[in-house]
Amino acid sequence: MSKQRIIPDPVTGPDTRQYWQAANEGTLLIGNCTACARTYFYPRPHCPHCFSDKVELIPAKGGGTVYSFSILRRVEVPYCLAYVTLDEGPSMMTNIVECDLHRIRIGDRVRLVFHASAGGQAVPMFTPTGHD
Amino acid sequence: MTSRAYISGIYEHPTRKADDKSLAQLHAEVARGALADAGLTMADVDAYYCAGDVAGWDMPGTGPFSMIDYLGLNIRHLDTTESWGSSYINHVSAAADAIAAGRCQVALITLAGRPRAEGAATGTAPRARGFSAAEAQFELPYGPVVTNLYGLSAMRHMHEFGTTSEQLAWIKVAASHHAQHNPHAMLRDVVTVEDVVNSPMIADPLHRMDCCVVSDGGGALIVVSPEVARTLNKPMVAIRGSGYSPQTTQGGWIDLTKSGAVISGPRAFAEAGVAPADIKYASIYDSFTITVLIQLEDLGFCAKGEGGRFVSDGRLIAGQGGLPVNTDGGGLCNNHPSNRGGMTKVIEAVRQLRRQAHPKVQVDNCDLALVHGTGGALAGRHGSATLILERE
Repeated sequence: MSKQRIIPDPVTGPDTRQYWQAANEGTLLIGNCTACARTYFYPRPHCPHCFSDKVELIPAKGGGTVYSFSILRRVEVPYCLAYVTLDEGPSMMTNIVECDLHRIRIGDRVRLVFHASAGGQAVPMFTPTGHD
Repeated sequence: MTSRAYISGIYEHPTRKADDKSLAQLHAEVARGALADAGLTMADVDAYYCAGDVAGWDMPGTGPFSMIDYLGLNIRHLDTTESWGSSYINHVSAAADAIAAGRCQVALITLAGRPRAEGAATGTAPRARGFSAAEAQFELPYGPVVTNLYGLSAMRHMHEFGTTSEQLAWIKVAASHHAQHNPHAMLRDVVTVEDVVNSPMIADPLHRMDCCVVSDGGGALIVVSPEVARTLNKPMVAIRGSGYSPQTTQGGWIDLTKSGAVISGPRAFAEAGVAPADIKYASIYDSFTITVLIQLEDLGFCAKGEGGRFVSDGRLIAGQGGLPVNTDGGGLCNNHPSNRGGMTKVIEAVRQLRRQAHPKVQVDNCDLALVHGTGGALAGRHGSATLILERE
């Protein structure tokens, strides 16, 4: 079995507990502003577009496309850092996993998966859907 | 036309590995060097500017005072604005403002670091970073480090505009042509486009030679009032325009192909009343080759997406191309003390304006220069600082 990269634990806060709890239950939550009707990532208790506090967390459907990526090679276990543009609009930093890293291209369709951090927190990541 | 302030002292520490010197000592040595260059003494300094590289910064809020205490400064103004590698470019502008406001007359700006002596893997390991940053929990699990963050920008630029590794390589080739004449440069061998694209891949699509060096050392600047500048036996290097602006992730609606220079650049040009075509020499922060390319576009030296063609075929090489860039060899070949490139960028621009660059790279009739830096991550959050300097 190949060596797995150890995912550092996210240091969560009182305002993001719901996000990480949902992740443990298999759901990716994103920010949605009911004042200006725009989505955003990462979640926070106000809208970064209009600063309204009329915001909510909504579940992402889990589909997206690779906006950009970079494979870090000079480490023990190479990994792919990426921004994925969610179908809901915003892009999030993530890893592309469960695939041949060297086949990843910008524009690839990806779907949501979860991988556990060192301490067992589910962390949202993505895997290509069309690499077979 | 009299400027509100002038750069009258510069010094770049010659060391590139400082095993036998402390961080505070390096700050003192560069301060001494810049004061000697200006023809001033520590007693003349009435303002001090420093950033996150200062000895003691690990005690938030108190590091600058430790440094001031260590140096024995007797000052009436200070500014500790931190924006990573662009800090010192912004400090020049801030010092000019403070001088114009009558707060001080002689400002000392220092930078120093010893990442090599400390054995830090600064490109491929996470930097010490506050877990309290709001975004940290949404990013650190994914392993962002300096090289892959800049890789994200390069990969997207290639996708949108067809930029190639060969075009990026030209930026390193230009730096190497300049560094061969700099006896202090870490990498003095002239390299080719093929050398760059055949060097090991570090973080796709950035090769080893797309990355700057890691070096110890530092530098210092003396910014003075017009009254003081006229008493010194130095060419008058005036601060004509400046800009300082952040780049953010826009709530996830990101554009990784642009930088904060889209705001800081036009603001500096407007203040100076000049255009990119007027610039005879440019110091452009070169943490990576892609950094230079995106900044040149955002500053208006070419249109967005045209950077790859703009930098090709030796355009950035002094004596060959239309826009000589980083004639000291830049961060790519010469020096990148403390992983912060802004200080050496200002120093080489002043050398060019004083006609003190190496004769092989000195730009003819160099009377107008631009300095620009990005502090932080090109792909994400950073501070962009632009300066336009003129020899009077």
